[in-house]
Amino acid sequence: MRAAVSWIRAVVPALPADVTTEQLADRLTALGLKQEAIERPGHDVTGPLVVGRVLSFEDEPQKNGKTIRWCSVDVGSANGTGEPQGIVCGAHNFVVGDLVPVILPGGVLPGDFEISARKTYGHVSAGMICSARELGLGDDHDGIIVLPADAGEPGDDVFDVLPLRDEVIEFEINPDRAYALSLRGVGREAALAYGVDFDDPADRPVPASDQAAYDVVVEDPVGCPVFTGRSVTGFDPSAPTPDWMARRIQLAGMRPISLAVDVTNYVMLELGQPIHGFDRDKLAGPIVVRRARAGEKLRTLDGADRTLSEEDLLITDDSGPIGLAGVMGGETTELSDTTTNIFIEAAHWDPVAIFRTERRHKLPSEASKRFERGTDPTIPLVAADRVAELLTTYGGGIVDDGVTYVGAPPAIASITVDAGLPARVSGMDIPASVTVANLRAVGCTVVESGSTLTVTPPPWRGDLTDPFDLVEEVARIVGYSDVPSVLPPAAHGRGLTRSQRLRRRVGRTLAGEGYVEVVSFPFIGTRDLDALGLDASDPRRTLLRLANPLSSEEPAMTTTLLPGLLKTVARNAGRGALDVALFETATVTLPRASGPAPIFGVDHRPSDAQLDELDKALPGQPLHLGLAVSGERERAGWWGPGRPGTWADALDGVRRVAESVGVEVTVRATAHAPWHPGRCAEIAVGDAVLGHAGELHPRVCAAYGIPARTAAAEIDLSRLLEHASSMVEAPEYSSFPVAKEDVALVVDDTVTAADVEAALRAGAGEYLESVRLFDVYTGPQVGEGKKSLAFALRFRAPDRTLTESEAGAFRDAAVASAAERCGAVQR
Amino acid sequence: MSGPNSSYDPVEVTPLRADQVEEMREQAFAAIAAAGDLAELKQVRLDHAGDRSPLALANREIGALPPQARKEAGQRVGQARGAVQQAIAARQAELEVQAEERMLVDETVDVTLPTSRRPAGSRHPLTTLAEDIADVFVALGWEVAEGPVVEAEWLNFDALNLGPDHPARTMQDTIWAEPAENHVVLRTHTSPVQARTMLTRTPPIHVVCPGRVYRTDPYDATHSPMFHQVEGLVVDEGITMAHLKGTLDHFAAAMFGDGITTRFRPSYFPFTEPSAEVDLICWICRGVNSEDCRTCRGEGWVEWGGCGVVNPRVLTACGVDTDRYTGFAFGMGIDRTLMMRYAVSDLRDLFEGDVRFSSAFGTEL
Ligand SMILES: [Zn+2]
Repeated sequence: MRAAVSWIRAVVPALPADVTTEQLADRLTALGLKQEAIERPGHDVTGPLVVGRVLSFEDEPQKNGKTIRWCSVDVGSANGTGEPQGIVCGAHNFVVGDLVPVILPGGVLPGDFEISARKTYGHVSAGMICSARELGLGDDHDGIIVLPADAGEPGDDVFDVLPLRDEVIEFEINPDRAYALSLRGVGREAALAYGVDFDDPADRPVPASDQAAYDVVVEDPVGCPVFTGRSVTGFDPSAPTPDWMARRIQLAGMRPISLAVDVTNYVMLELGQPIHGFDRDKLAGPIVVRRARAGEKLRTLDGADRTLSEEDLLITDDSGPIGLAGVMGGETTELSDTTTNIFIEAAHWDPVAIFRTERRHKLPSEASKRFERGTDPTIPLVAADRVAELLTTYGGGIVDDGVTYVGAPPAIASITVDAGLPARVSGMDIPASVTVANLRAVGCTVVESGSTLTVTPPPWRGDLTDPFDLVEEVARIVGYSDVPSVLPPAAHGRGLTRSQRLRRRVGRTLAGEGYVEVVSFPFIGTRDLDALGLDASDPRRTLLRLANPLSSEEPAMTTTLLPGLLKTVARNAGRGALDVALFETATVTLPRASGPAPIFGVDHRPSDAQLDELDKALPGQPLHLGLAVSGERERAGWWGPGRPGTWADALDGVRRVAESVGVEVTVRATAHAPWHPGRCAEIAVGDAVLGHAGELHPRVCAAYGIPARTAAAEIDLSRLLEHASSMVEAPEYSSFPVAKEDVALVVDDTVTAADVEAALRAGAGEYLESVRLFDVYTGPQVGEGKKSLAFALRFRAPDRTLTESEAGAFRDAAVASAAERCGAVQR
Repeated sequence: MSGPNSSYDPVEVTPLRADQVEEMREQAFAAIAAAGDLAELKQVRLDHAGDRSPLALANREIGALPPQARKEAGQRVGQARGAVQQAIAARQAELEVQAEERMLVDETVDVTLPTSRRPAGSRHPLTTLAEDIADVFVALGWEVAEGPVVEAEWLNFDALNLGPDHPARTMQDTIWAEPAENHVVLRTHTSPVQARTMLTRTPPIHVVCPGRVYRTDPYDATHSPMFHQVEGLVVDEGITMAHLKGTLDHFAAAMFGDGITTRFRPSYFPFTEPSAEVDLICWICRGVNSEDCRTCRGEGWVEWGGCGVVNPRVLTACGVDTDRYTGFAFGMGIDRTLMMRYAVSDLRDLFEGDVRFSSAFGTEL
């Protein structure tokens, strides 16, 4: 909402003259009408800008086809000499004797356009005769402004004649304050801000209804509780809009069009009641207000043909629909430059119906903006009457006697509230007397009965329905700045949950390992999954699709973090960062076959069973951890060459995470997209598979445009954390010497190190302290298809020093077990 | 260097003369002093203190002397041998120190060489800032509540007094799961977590809810379809707007420094009544001579978030006794707070995953 300060002052004459626009805007902001901006139109125009009288002119055709006018203009003594001023003018819409605005050399027009005497078309033009657009008064550039004959004398300051300079406050109006989408509302708040009297511009007498302005039948009184109208006959469609009115409309951000249209807009801005004017001669039969029928169409006055929904509220006549109620009129009955007889409609519409129609047809308008938030149902006839008055005042004709008024404003429910509630809720010291006074100041009727107040809100405050709504009204007038700052009584929380603490630890662990955390969007398309090489039955292809995705390429929620990570690897590589280690923790969305989520009432809590049903209707959303290693994991330097990241780094990343939260994971070889089938590890806790790690399939690297041999891992972090045990049993450890035994075992290539290690552990007996693989060898010494695994075994007894022969026997038992289970041969 | 006298014949000489013993000692001293390193000193020890050294041989002669001469010669030779041993030990210590010093000099490296073989990792500032925020409230005794991102329409809207015809529910603002008749949305705020908390706990409730939210916003320097919010909720007996103000002042000072307080402006949110927008005193200019301040654009205040007294309709839908309890709630953008605190000019920097961005913030803020 934009309001010229001059208009606010006209509505609230009692506003103190010394209040600046900034002060006014600040006060209104503190009351809840938030100042978005203050503009000062016309303040970039500086004089001399004076009234001139055209004494004579010559029309001079030019070679370029134009005809210019060489004018002699009397500007009084404004030019210092009193002599007529010679001015070249391109416009022709004036005659000798007309008064025109003249800017003289030294003046400045909007856009920092400084005027000087200049040679043009063979003359020295000492100034300029101005158009509306040149003065910032509007778009009109068809001709110059011709001032009224009584505008003043040559040499008078045009700033006194035209409404050039003003100040405009632009407000951001919250949805609950629809009344402030009018000067009536802004004025009321301004009066409230300064505690001055306010004369409601809607408080004017209206004639009694005889239903004779036009025949109207309202078939849907729910959608249209009030429909009023007046008629004007003999209107002059060529009558101009007065400058002051056009200027107020323009400063409000709308475009002056014609007197008839401008008056309806002006009254809407003034009172907040949208009004529609019909060309009465184009109406056929009585007006009927009803819902649309299937298949009905309407060409709205923006020229668009609209197919109507059966929910749309319509204004119709014998010809069919002639207006989309409260949203936009139809083309056939539109006010035109030949309209002389006008039917003025002002109605009260159901906000929800207007809201739905506006959204359905994507037709936000100044009218629908007001109707959908709620207008004052008691003023439609006041507004229609005001329009009729302004039309006839400036456009001639007469207001017909007939007054149409169908329906009645809905009753307003009163609210019972304890007078102490505003103080109790706001924490401010607000006596009951202040509560009552403030409620009356916003227009409520208050009946006191002890400490109980019965409050009836004014008809323009449809938003006031609950006691707490009244608390806000009282509190904002007392002033939010008076709310004291007090910490609430101490809470007794138990700190972060274990899961929350462990998640922090996971992030810190990976950052400590050199991984950089990234945050990706969760949107995905099948192309991303194709690029991962997932086969048709892969469960990760079961996506939660979005009804209105931001991009048709990514119409679903992802089931895996890898696409986001790999795209980020590619983005970094594209920017020259080829060696990266990235991680991300985020939820993925795993749809499950379930019905719709229930919608409950809101007047009581749903039952536990209902809430359970609600949760079951939602997809699974486990927290995943993904990581990717690309390029060198350790860089080259004076110490030697760099070390490329491999499958082992990705796997180690997961292992570090598991260690950091105290979970022991096991690893098995597997083949699983999008990993290299020979370099993919399945990560499990017990029998539960948590995820995978390894080198990516070369085709995946190619598809994502990332460096070859990029490694990645993804695990279900939620489940990993479930296995994180909070209780650790303190170990008992022996202080007797350790016995070390190294063994090198030759096995088939296909035997995994994990299996050999498990076999050693199984055979080594109770004094085995640790097993560590310290070397893997393949080559001629062990033969084709074989590898040698070297393990360091450590034995220790709790109660004595093991002898060499004891340790040797344990080692031999371990080796025998490996031989038996894995076919291992000691080298 | 002086070596043993190869023509020396102990039988022919009379080594026990004082001047001869003195000379042997002087020779030994000279040799010790001349030893330039530990290897040379080792040879000197053999030559002048070893079994075949002149003094050792002289010592053997003592037994052949007449008894009265024996004592005198014994003393003379013994003293000389002791002195030589001491001199060798002293020189040994000296040379060891020198050798160590030389070794340490030889082993000098250029400590300005780069040492990091692996680039440092980092966490995302959105993560660490969310943790910092949570910690402010955990320190007040609050708990951190969480909930699903893909959420039921009823919890995202209805329970929060956003009725069926609220503008925010349209496809123009909210991302819906398909089909829309399933009533599942990507949560548009973290408020459903508040609702879930009230539905599952009994007051007093003190929770803070950081999390990821989605809207159909364009993706540009100041908007994103995905962003992060933190909301707070307190429900207890006697809770007022004053407690809300106190909490937000505390939060503002924790985030932006001592002396940074908040201002309330009346506003509208369906889930709170009364409602307010929260502004912060500009932490750059502190509201003083703001004209040239780019952070607050001359306002002296910076918009931070929204807040209010929990609408009793919300309490009712969530099963909280409105006769007994009141509550307050607030919410602000973590992304926006991050951008304000660290002068991030383009929101997209948070989601591009460029390692240079996160790396600048390290592991903790
Ligand atoms: Zn500032």
